[in-house]
Amino acid sequence: MGFLDVIDVSHIYFSKESTTTALLDVSFTVDKGEFISLLGPSGCGKTTLLSIISGLIEPTFGTITLENERVGTNNRHIGYMLQQDYLFPWKTIEENILLGLKLMSRLDQQTRKTALALLEKMGLYNVEDKYPKELSGGMRQRVALVRTLATEPKVLLLDEPFSALDFQTKLKLEDLVFNTLKQFNKTAILVTHDIGEAIAMSDRIYLFSKRPGTIVREFTVPDELRHLEPFQARNHPTYNDLFQIIWEELNELEKN
Amino acid sequence: MKKIDIEGLHQQFKKELIKEKRKISIIQLFILVIFLFLWEVASQQYWIDPLIFSSPRKIWDLLITNFFDGTLWPHLYTTLFETILGFIIGTLFGTILATILWWFPFTAKVLDPYLVVLNSMPKVALGPILIVAIGPTMTSIIAMGVIISIIITTIVVYTAFREVDPNFLKVLQTFRATRWQMFKEAILPSSFPVIISTLKVNVGLSWVGVIVGEFLVSKQGLGYLIIYGFQVFNFTLVLMALVIIAIFATVMYKGVELIEKQLIKNN
Repeated sequence: MGFLDVIDVSHIYFSKESTTTALLDVSFTVDKGEFISLLGPSGCGKTTLLSIISGLIEPTFGTITLENERVGTNNRHIGYMLQQDYLFPWKTIEENILLGLKLMSRLDQQTRKTALALLEKMGLYNVEDKYPKELSGGMRQRVALVRTLATEPKVLLLDEPFSALDFQTKLKLEDLVFNTLKQFNKTAILVTHDIGEAIAMSDRIYLFSKRPGTIVREFTVPDELRHLEPFQARNHPTYNDLFQIIWEELNELEKN
Repeated sequence: MKKIDIEGLHQQFKKELIKEKRKISIIQLFILVIFLFLWEVASQQYWIDPLIFSSPRKIWDLLITNFFDGTLWPHLYTTLFETILGFIIGTLFGTILATILWWFPFTAKVLDPYLVVLNSMPKVALGPILIVAIGPTMTSIIAMGVIISIIITTIVVYTAFREVDPNFLKVLQTFRATRWQMFKEAILPSSFPVIISTLKVNVGLSWVGVIVGEFLVSKQGLGYLIIYGFQVFNFTLVLMALVIIAIFATVMYKGVELIEKQLIKNN
């Protein structure tokens, strides 16, 4: 058993007219401190899988375990970061980052101090009393990351968190997130359709096929890339080789 | 590079703005003056029947007389009290009902057709029943002010609750928020703009409810003055009451706008 186990998960959506099999027999294991990417075309059930792992929805079949304990809907150890920041516009940045702690009744002097320190660690100074609309997209996504990390989750789920940003901001944030997670030795699962991002950030990559979403291949990122920051990894020769392999694999998938 | 006088251009821009604003105010005032003037002249020259349409001067004189001899005050107090109370209760209870519907989605589905029927029905038609049931008192007039606004408030606010971006709720769910926490942190604050705009609608509705209520039973109030004026064929009195209603309804509306500015600075 690993740190986080996804065991035989299938999920079916029902509507009056039809049923959709979003996920079929998905199983994988994540070790502590590992960074995993789930790569695949849109509509391959990646977001559904994240919702299942985080305990937001019950899978039709299968189980998720974290440290050998079943993950249920009252799980408090899995942090989830959405595609967009979804900061609450009527709350200040400080209120936004303390939201999780407040909801979990864990807000005290100590946790508050830690959260505010995390804000500075992300390069955000003197923004506590500002409102989200006063910040740029990249800054807001960093605030959202602080909000997620503030509750000290054991596992971090990232649902295409950089897709709404411009390219330059995205590259910078990749490095920042990578370094932050490595420093805290956090386990993370990233969902993305960007091959480069998956290679640059992860230790392992699972390739998903479309409808029903299921794992078709697993790639292990070579050691020489793993320890490099995402930006440097993108410039390494091995990066291009792996990119080509995955690119062709994805094209094959789309033909079928 | 050519030197641009930004400061000068800005001053000029501001001057233009002020000029336009002044122009609008002048024209607005002009329309009012012309309207009152024509009304006065038409009435004096018998182009219109002065018995029915009265004249600005007569209305003004009556207003001043009633204002200073104190006979106007009880009517004004009564109606204002009834309207403000009806307005507050209607909005508050409508919002509470919407909250209940949001809290129990199954109940909302069950009640849906009843809400539609209640909303389409002209609530003032319930007036006679209310009066018999509650009694010919101020309570039944306030009740009129309430029922006329409560259903539409419920429907509009409930719709706003449901249209809150589900991703905000997802964020809260990832922190294992309870239903009450979701309501407090996301549903209610993001619906404030809609609640405020129903307040604006409810200002008008409460006046309608209260005035109709006063038509039916009261011994006091601006609605009573209108009905009384109608019965004794004193249309100066009717028009005076109307003018007062228009002024106070506008004041209430402006008051709501002030609250709006305070509440939704950051939405």
